[in-house]
Amino acid sequence: MKITLKIWRQKNAENPGRLVTYERDGVSADMSFLEMLDVLNEDLTAKGEEPVAFDHDCREGICGSCGVVIDGVAHGPQRTTTCQLHMRSFADGDTITVEPWRADPFPVIKDLVVNRGAFDRIIAAGGFVSVNTGAAPEAHATPVPKVDADRAFEAAACIGCGACVAACPNASAMLFTAAKITHLGALPQGQPERAARVVSMLDQQDAEGFGGCTNIGECAAVCPAGVPLETISQLNFDLRRSMTPSRRH
Amino acid sequence: MAIATQDRKTRPAGRTSVGLKVVMATTGVLFLLFLLAHSYGNLKAFAGQAAYDGYAEHLRTLGEPILPRSGFLWIMGVVLIVSVVLHVWAAVVLWQRAHRARSTPYVAFKPVQATLSSRTMRWGGLTILLFVIFHLLQFTTGTIQVGGSFDSPYQRLVAAFQVWYVVLVYALAMLALGMHLRHGIWSAVQTLGWSTRSREVPIKRTALVVALVIVVGFLAPPVAILFGLVK
Repeated sequence: MKITLKIWRQKNAENPGRLVTYERDGVSADMSFLEMLDVLNEDLTAKGEEPVAFDHDCREGICGSCGVVIDGVAHGPQRTTTCQLHMRSFADGDTITVEPWRADPFPVIKDLVVNRGAFDRIIAAGGFVSVNTGAAPEAHATPVPKVDADRAFEAAACIGCGACVAACPNASAMLFTAAKITHLGALPQGQPERAARVVSMLDQQDAEGFGGCTNIGECAAVCPAGVPLETISQLNFDLRRSMTPSRRH
Repeated sequence: MAIATQDRKTRPAGRTSVGLKVVMATTGVLFLLFLLAHSYGNLKAFAGQAAYDGYAEHLRTLGEPILPRSGFLWIMGVVLIVSVVLHVWAAVVLWQRAHRARSTPYVAFKPVQATLSSRTMRWGGLTILLFVIFHLLQFTTGTIQVGGSFDSPYQRLVAAFQVWYVVLVYALAMLALGMHLRHGIWSAVQTLGWSTRSREVPIKRTALVVALVIVVGFLAPPVAILFGLVK
């Protein structure tokens, strides 16, 4: 395959970036997108040029490290992580534009690598349950209905890749925050802090500078973990309920 | 049990971005109820001048003698104006936040499933606001008069919509309104936390149907007048 790559190159957060064109020949359709970039980087290194910086770790689609916007879509044309995208999704002769996640709360570190520390701070604001230490509790002590467990697990599948923010026209982090709200809110262990959690996490999300949700649904449409849009409705429900004084815990 | 989250200093729930959206959703529901009533009233034009003017007069005497003449309309007007101010204020704040959240735009950005309606809420809303100001100047204050000056609301209506470009302006405004409602109704339900996975598609379909009903209801009298079906 012969392809033309237009890749965003940016030295650091301070310097402005630009698209640089690379012509690639002999690209195998069986290569993953990241392997294709690896080969590009080998050539660039051999020529004494700076290789393209991009985030990656497990390359199995489960860690959430990788993620770039390919031809205007977060993680590219398949609904999966960038590492699980293969070159067979493209045609011979294609021109492919590769950009980093674009959101001010995710500043560019270099080229395609962005700092997603804002997500960590949202989780630190309330995305956990406070439990007393000690021996593991007896497994049957707190029964969880199957439907609740399934719903919690589906939301907990979020890998924190940030595609939701990248795809959102408002650069909102609602799907990420809502996934954690839904995950913990569906389980008995999450109930004591439920009302405080939603306000706290949402407040942190706003403070990080993410936009507000306008229910367009692009986030759930690109989410490689399949977190559903209904989690955002759950977050909205929990927030509205937390405004009612009698329901505050 | 120590609850770490409660030790944090956070703003009240109503001040978060979702709090602002709850304001928009609640005021949006008021607008929707008003539009349904307004659209119903307009259809009286098909029942003739006596029915239409009688309805207009009834709106002024509604609630008498507890309320003064036009009291009901005044109360409704104040509620709606306060709602518009809140709706626009929340929209502007959220618009600014969204703008600041992505100061460097994408070179290539391709929506996967977004409807045109969902992506034009802000400019569409602004279009509707400008139209409402024009509409009030035309039919409430009478500052803008098309086709002459009449005491009868029915005659004012018929004279105005015999002019083709007035109908065109209204048709374009109703297109903007229909698109705003199509996404707005769904968005309000989701924002108030009433959507679930199984309800999502029915809510979106209902929103589309309600938007169509309102647009058709509003456009029927002007189009009928333009083609001489109502004189």
